[in-house]
Amino acid sequence: MRRAPKDTAESVRKISRRGLFLGGVQLAFAGALGLRMQHLQVDQADEFRLLAEENRINIRLIPPTRGQIFDRNGIIIAGNEPSYRITMVKEDAGNVDEVITRLSALVELDEDELNRALTEMQRSAPFLPVTVAERVTWDDISRVAVNAPALPGVTPEVGLSRSYPRRGDFAHVVGYVGPVSERDLARYEIPDPVLRIPRFQIGKVGIEARHEEVLRGRAGAKRVEVNAVGRVMRELDRREGTPGADMQLTVDTKLQSYINARLGEESASVVVMDVTNGDLLGIASSPSYDPNKFVRGISVSDFGELRENDHRPLASKTVQDAYPPGSTFKMVTVLAALDAGVVAPDETVWCPGHMEVAGRRFHCWKRAGHGHMNLEQSLRESCDVYYYDLALKVGIERIAETARRLGLGEAFSIGMSAVTEGLVPNKEWKERERGSGWVIGDTVNASIGQGFVLSSPLQLAVMTARLATGKEVTPRLVRRIGDTETVEGVGNDLGFNENHLRQIRRAMFAVSNNRRGTAYGSRIIDETFRMAGKTGTSQVRNITAAERARGVTRNEDLPWNRRDHALFVNYAPYEAPKIAVSVVVEHGGGGSAAAAPIARDVTLQALYGNDPPLDAYPSKDRERIRSQQERLQQVLRENDPDGRSRA
Amino acid sequence: MSYLEYTVKTVPAGWRKMLFINWPLVILLTAIAGVGLLMLYSVAGGSMSPWAEPQMKRYALGLAVMFIVAMVPIWFWRNMSVMAYLVALALLVAVEFFGTVGMGAQRWINLGFMRLQPSELMKIAMVMVLAAYYDWLPIKKTSHPFWVLVPVFIILLPTFLVLTQPDLGTAILLVAGGGLMMFLAGVHWAYFATVIAAGIGGIYTVFLSRGTEWQLLKDYQFRRIDTFLDPSSDPLGAGYHITQAKIAMGSGGWTGRGFMQGTQSRLNFLPEKHTDFIFNTLAEEFGFIGGISLLILYVLILVFCIVSALQNRDRYSSLLILGIGVTFFLFFAVNMSMVMGLAPVVGVPLPLVSYGGSAMLVLMLAFGLVQSAHIHRPR
Repeated sequence: MRRAPKDTAESVRKISRRGLFLGGVQLAFAGALGLRMQHLQVDQADEFRLLAEENRINIRLIPPTRGQIFDRNGIIIAGNEPSYRITMVKEDAGNVDEVITRLSALVELDEDELNRALTEMQRSAPFLPVTVAERVTWDDISRVAVNAPALPGVTPEVGLSRSYPRRGDFAHVVGYVGPVSERDLARYEIPDPVLRIPRFQIGKVGIEARHEEVLRGRAGAKRVEVNAVGRVMRELDRREGTPGADMQLTVDTKLQSYINARLGEESASVVVMDVTNGDLLGIASSPSYDPNKFVRGISVSDFGELRENDHRPLASKTVQDAYPPGSTFKMVTVLAALDAGVVAPDETVWCPGHMEVAGRRFHCWKRAGHGHMNLEQSLRESCDVYYYDLALKVGIERIAETARRLGLGEAFSIGMSAVTEGLVPNKEWKERERGSGWVIGDTVNASIGQGFVLSSPLQLAVMTARLATGKEVTPRLVRRIGDTETVEGVGNDLGFNENHLRQIRRAMFAVSNNRRGTAYGSRIIDETFRMAGKTGTSQVRNITAAERARGVTRNEDLPWNRRDHALFVNYAPYEAPKIAVSVVVEHGGGGSAAAAPIARDVTLQALYGNDPPLDAYPSKDRERIRSQQERLQQVLRENDPDGRSRA
Repeated sequence: MSYLEYTVKTVPAGWRKMLFINWPLVILLTAIAGVGLLMLYSVAGGSMSPWAEPQMKRYALGLAVMFIVAMVPIWFWRNMSVMAYLVALALLVAVEFFGTVGMGAQRWINLGFMRLQPSELMKIAMVMVLAAYYDWLPIKKTSHPFWVLVPVFIILLPTFLVLTQPDLGTAILLVAGGGLMMFLAGVHWAYFATVIAAGIGGIYTVFLSRGTEWQLLKDYQFRRIDTFLDPSSDPLGAGYHITQAKIAMGSGGWTGRGFMQGTQSRLNFLPEKHTDFIFNTLAEEFGFIGGISLLILYVLILVFCIVSALQNRDRYSSLLILGIGVTFFLFFAVNMSMVMGLAPVVGVPLPLVSYGGSAMLVLMLAFGLVQSAHIHRPR
């Protein structure tokens, strides 16, 4: 079929028209595309450039190195030691199971941790390292390194981990660090982002917690380029963080270790203070615990054991526990009475073994009575009736005021956790807290440190230091933070009559140096280091009538937790005081028998800076002391971190 | 037969045909393919593998195919039109049974040396068969309802097959390409007005069907439309692609971030960076200048096609050239609209630039037809 020429011409015209029309539409559309391109790439270029940078650049924090804690001589108490862990990258490992099998032939792998790691590996991106073993030894690390070709994707990594080389010696002072918990984060209004780093550790108790901000330092940061799935392609730049500030304590590690060894498993606490500047040379609570266990994550059974123990190893008894001070409070009563002028040192009081006050009979510890007692005699023999008499004359308000001036009732902020303020009661306090009026019997009880009076071992040491110097000595535990020295803890004269203080000191000297003194058995023979002290025995319970009827009155016959607390405070040397010591042995029985020997040993250790020569001790004790010294040296050698690492 | 009208002696013969090839068009095609190779090299991180090298071989093959097709007289191809359509249709049916599943759709037949996408072939075959149809149909009958229904059937049959794969992008391209062929052939305006009105009504119905038992689109297709309309509604899900694509483009600025310096594509923020979204890589690395240059190259190809078609007095030839031009236009217009956030993501590659064998070969074959029509035009 042939087509008419006209037909063809018309067809061509129509195609041309429509073709041109469509061509125009196409060009217009292309123009629109060009405009869109211009809109995106020219008008909005800056915004999109910013978004592209946000996409690719990630900021990663570099955790700062935690500040170290040293003792007064520069010995490390809390340090950072390299900790090794083994990580694995799934995509590099290829056959994960096979590599794990080879790895477990070299290194002992914890089943739980391995299972956790395998689950994590399945969930996370294949290029992210997953920790398969933590806290492995250097030997393990070197075995892995040597066998690296057979272990694709396995990398030994080194990090820093908190360590406490002195283990239990400073557990209550320095505390420990642990993983950041939700509660830790809640303490801050705006938590430092560094706390969100996995495995980051934060101070939980003690100095570690109280000085957390100082010790932590500031995080550094690095900017890295990441791809769409988060793999780091390269590091763009990095800003190093500021390491945490180092701290120096006033404590002497050698003395502290000795005290811990001396206390052993006794539930006790000792505070040794430099009376010239308030430095705490030793501040130990026993039994103790190993803070390193907490850093690693303590097991439930270990923690349960610590919590169940009736000797309360977790308690920081030196500052956190308050005890009835017992007879160690008698210096306060007598000082108040002397200052009030209601008694003269030579005035005597008749002690028949008890005293009737408001129809109630108050006993002296010596049922038979002491007879005529003056100030010195009453203190050295610890006659209770003498102080009942003084208290009635001087009244509770002046006693309480004197106690406060001597540091009782004050919570000293030394950087440890949960420092108690104890209790110095007066009329207003009883009215407020107990809702009942003060009765005269309360004053009588308070005069010998019983009843409502409570004080911590730290407060007793401060009291003793203030009696020894007459100055406002305040305890200092942190000597230096970074490069900043803290102020020494010696203040102004307290304003007590020097003559009165001298009377009390002489009486305290008699306690441990007069043949009739309650602590004569724990005297020091070396004349340059003789001490002045005071025993105390504070009742935990009242002996009931029923018990008395049964004849159970002796401490040794009671269950441990109902026996009396044994206390002793002292300072030395008597002529030129250098240190003040307080010792509390919970349920230890009598102060002279349980607390005074410890105080004497600690005093000598502190003053000599080493084991004292045996002739510092009374001759009949020397043989026993020698074997004790040998035994403690053995314990100290076992505990010494340097000795351990050599072994 | 209208080819008898040709003064055969005036048509070049033998190797002389090479002189009459539309060389500017060849240069333009090569330039675009060159841009594609450059970008494939870049997105592979500066490496010929895995994309640039095979793509280069395919282009070489495509060029050879184009020359061979160009040498064969256009009247031979016109006589083959119906056959081509039937073969493409048969392959579309075959893909239903033997096709390889990829990306949730049955689209490929594995031929061993390459994967064939029959739907790509159909785009060209449909242009051929419609051009032949309107060449055969007396002009007076063009707008007759019966003779309008025939091409509608020709268009809808393969479209239906493609939709069942399901490949919405290609289906839209087939309908649009076929419809525009009818428009070029001179079908009355009224038909198009009716269809467009019906189309709008149809889209409305599709949206109404959402969530009902007779839902007309798959959920993922609805979601794509949602995220197209508001990419920020799902920035980490389906909207992620669009958002990242726009960031890639926008961050290029005027002059781009430099060859192989595009962070969005290099760090894989950009999805499908070697196929559908390759234009964003270009725009990121060479900026507005690079993007607009490629657009100009595409427009020049269109211009050459239109000029060639208007010069050609043979009805089959001019319809074929215009049809191929329109198909080419639809390819890059839909792709660019999609990657610039002007259209939903429907999976249409950028012609001659995106990595992919079928599309490249079929396009080169189509341009071979254009060249053949150009060489063998009546003089």
